[in-house]
Amino acid sequence: MWNYEKRLEYPVNITTPNAQIAQIILTQYGGPDGEMGASMRYLSQRFTAPNRITMGVLNDVGTEELAHLEIVATIVHQLTCNLTMEEIKESGFANYYVDHTVGIWPQAAGGIPFNACEFQSKGDPITDLFEDLAAEQKARSTYDNILRLVKDPEVADPIRFLRAREVVHFQRFGEALRSVQDELSFKNFYAFNPSFDKTAECSCPNPDGNISSSCGCRNSEKKN
Amino acid sequence: MQMKGQCPSKESLLSWIDQVSFAVVEMTLYLDSHPNDEDAIAFFREKLAQRNAAMKLYAQNYGPLTIDTANDRMSRSWDWVMQPWPWEPARKGGC
Repeated sequence: MWNYEKRLEYPVNITTPNAQIAQIILTQYGGPDGEMGASMRYLSQRFTAPNRITMGVLNDVGTEELAHLEIVATIVHQLTCNLTMEEIKESGFANYYVDHTVGIWPQAAGGIPFNACEFQSKGDPITDLFEDLAAEQKARSTYDNILRLVKDPEVADPIRFLRAREVVHFQRFGEALRSVQDELSFKNFYAFNPSFDKTAECSCPNPDGNISSSCGCRNSEKKN
Repeated sequence: MQMKGQCPSKESLLSWIDQVSFAVVEMTLYLDSHPNDEDAIAFFREKLAQRNAAMKLYAQNYGPLTIDTANDRMSRSWDWVMQPWPWEPARKGGC
């Protein structure tokens, strides 16, 4: 379960509304590489992760993505504060406005609604972790594109924070992937699904009873 | 940040909470994939203690940010819901 904290992971204080930029940034709420897809992807995939390290990385990165979802929504909300009807019409926001007024709704910048097909939960940790690595890069590229379009420092500052987190998450997913691959047989690295076809061999605990550095294996508790 | 004596301003205390909490988040992710890094665990412990102390101080002086600290002022009314929500603009007039 989760506990809510009544603060943002990174502060957002935008004083100049801009509906055109809001519609661009909304894509990181409900677009193809947005935070809704990111959080749902990791929090869904964690159930079939083959070891505790991968469960932990998926759980805790997924949780942080929920905080990022809230940051993106806050940016959009503050960018659409106190708009006049003229501003709505001139900034190209009318098509969004007619359906949602200035409510927050998950869609891509081009208007395509959020769809669970924007992420996968394949039940194969090698497949899932490669998707996660790609997802972090795609989100990073999107934030790079946003930073080329946005000049307001009050908007660019939290966007830079979010971009930097994608880089860290990519690193952590790479380490989780390595923890999975280290438990595989060299003969069939990609030949089977380690979460389904066979219990993954785990390197822990060591003969001396200590937990090895690549540990986190749930099978260490029930030796078969 | 000095935690004894006069309480820091609401803004500076919240900023400090954001900073130490970020360190806790970052170390959580790092430790998930490096569970035996003792230096990292020591750093995590230090930041977690700073975060918990700051959360408590904030709740006592400015109201709760978490349900776990929601009773720290022994208020007769429900402080939690009256605290500003984090998406509210800081500028006057709100949205």
